[in-house]
Amino acid sequence: MDIRVSAAVLAAWLMPAAVWAQTTGPSGQAMAQTCYVCHGPEGKSAGPIAPLAGLPKDHIIRQMTEFKTDRRPGTIMNRIAKGYSDEQIVAIADFIATLK
Amino acid sequence: MITTRRSLLKTAGAAAGLGVVGMPALAQGAAGKVVVIGAGFGGATTARYLKRLNAALDVTLVERDDRFITCPFSNYVVAGFRKIEDITHGFDGLRKAGINVVKGEATAIDTAGRSVTLGDGAKLSYDKLVVAPGIELNFAGVPGYSEAAAEKLPHAWKAGPQTLLLRRQLEAMPDGGTFILCAPGNPFRCPPGPYERVSVVAWYLKNNKPKSKILVLDAKDAFSKQGLFQAAWESEFPGMITWISGKDGGKVESVDPAAMTVKSGFGNETGAVINVIPPQRAGAIAQAAGLVAENGWCPVDPMTFASAKAQNVYIVGDAAIAGAMPKSGSSANVQGKVVAAAIVAILAGKAVDAPALLNICYSLVTPDYGISTTDVYQASADKGITTTPNAGGVSVKTPTALNERKLEAEYTVNWYKSITSDIWA
Repeated sequence: MDIRVSAAVLAAWLMPAAVWAQTTGPSGQAMAQTCYVCHGPEGKSAGPIAPLAGLPKDHIIRQMTEFKTDRRPGTIMNRIAKGYSDEQIVAIADFIATLK
Repeated sequence: MITTRRSLLKTAGAAAGLGVVGMPALAQGAAGKVVVIGAGFGGATTARYLKRLNAALDVTLVERDDRFITCPFSNYVVAGFRKIEDITHGFDGLRKAGINVVKGEATAIDTAGRSVTLGDGAKLSYDKLVVAPGIELNFAGVPGYSEAAAEKLPHAWKAGPQTLLLRRQLEAMPDGGTFILCAPGNPFRCPPGPYERVSVVAWYLKNNKPKSKILVLDAKDAFSKQGLFQAAWESEFPGMITWISGKDGGKVESVDPAAMTVKSGFGNETGAVINVIPPQRAGAIAQAAGLVAENGWCPVDPMTFASAKAQNVYIVGDAAIAGAMPKSGSSANVQGKVVAAAIVAILAGKAVDAPALLNICYSLVTPDYGISTTDVYQASADKGITTTPNAGGVSVKTPTALNERKLEAEYTVNWYKSITSDIWA
């Protein structure tokens, strides 16, 4: 356990529960795992829904941003991408880029 | 979050060799013992992700059947373009993932002693318990209806023999007959389900028995994807489907299986086939174990899906009161991942992240005409689970050159393949 994690755990103990609840957002992994509902386990889709495994981080960020801003037309992804902040999209992409 | 903090302290104490009483598996140095009740969308996902996130966990999945037949896509079995085998999933994949699948029916939960009793008297002890029993049908909610009456007026709201019964009745129905569907009030399993069902039934009737009619008698005044469904009914099956809202008398007062009639404020209607979808509540074990609120569903901590009624118990899927999230397979799958992550973190003495919640419901109007609704959610201890603003919603009202209806029909099929692989493959 590194110092940063220890500090986070310590902070969690000291902080009132409600404050703690608001300061810990969903992890990139947790958000990315919700993608599997359509994109398949570990991002391996049989198609026609695009597989995510193997996509580089920058590509995912660019596609999600273009869906979010409606620069890329789509069916459902435009509606979903709008539910995530730019920071969350980066966190999702960080995790998905680890899927092989 | 208070429970989480307490668990964190307890687990930290155990890890430091302080000998916390009442955590046998952890005290012995094991990662922890988790029992999951129900191998449907919610329970099987939770079991699978528990093992994926921490392979050292001892995970037991209790299920009364040898396989799971999904409600999603069961409407297509009714309409005849899928077979029951296509929507039946065995548990070999779960066993290969290291999950101990136990055949049996959970009949009692001792939340103080932390054990589950099965129908044969066997007891399973746990550090954490996940209850994912799905729904129980409230037959008494429709006067004249009963489990016996469902052999003549199928509900087909639990997939299996009831699905096949409704299929056979539809095949035997004379051209020119009326198919009546009685839809329940909120909340219930699969909000777009009844409307998808009449859509694909209409598709079958149009192609096989075009003089037939469909009547939907509804307890509600509005329903999921209503604008999209009603526009599709008009364009694909003009004049075939009539929907009567609750305020127009659609709420069913009683059914008569012998006379094959349904009485409502709309009148006394005779059906060639009558599909009664009764009101519902959390599955029987949740009722028996006192995990339900007065409304029959299970209240949970919106951050972790921990039961508000018992310590060390989590509720996943249709049985849970999950705020803005609908009772759907996608919701249950996503909730299962949340619960798995929360349990793994708590047992390891780590902080629990906020949940990542999302729902997607695809529906087919015909095999080539798909529509969807989706939402992303936020959870907080005080506001519960709410829809993330300015996101989500339903398919585009007017299709463009993208050919959205055809694409979403293909995505519907892909969604099923993906989610069922994620859970049972």
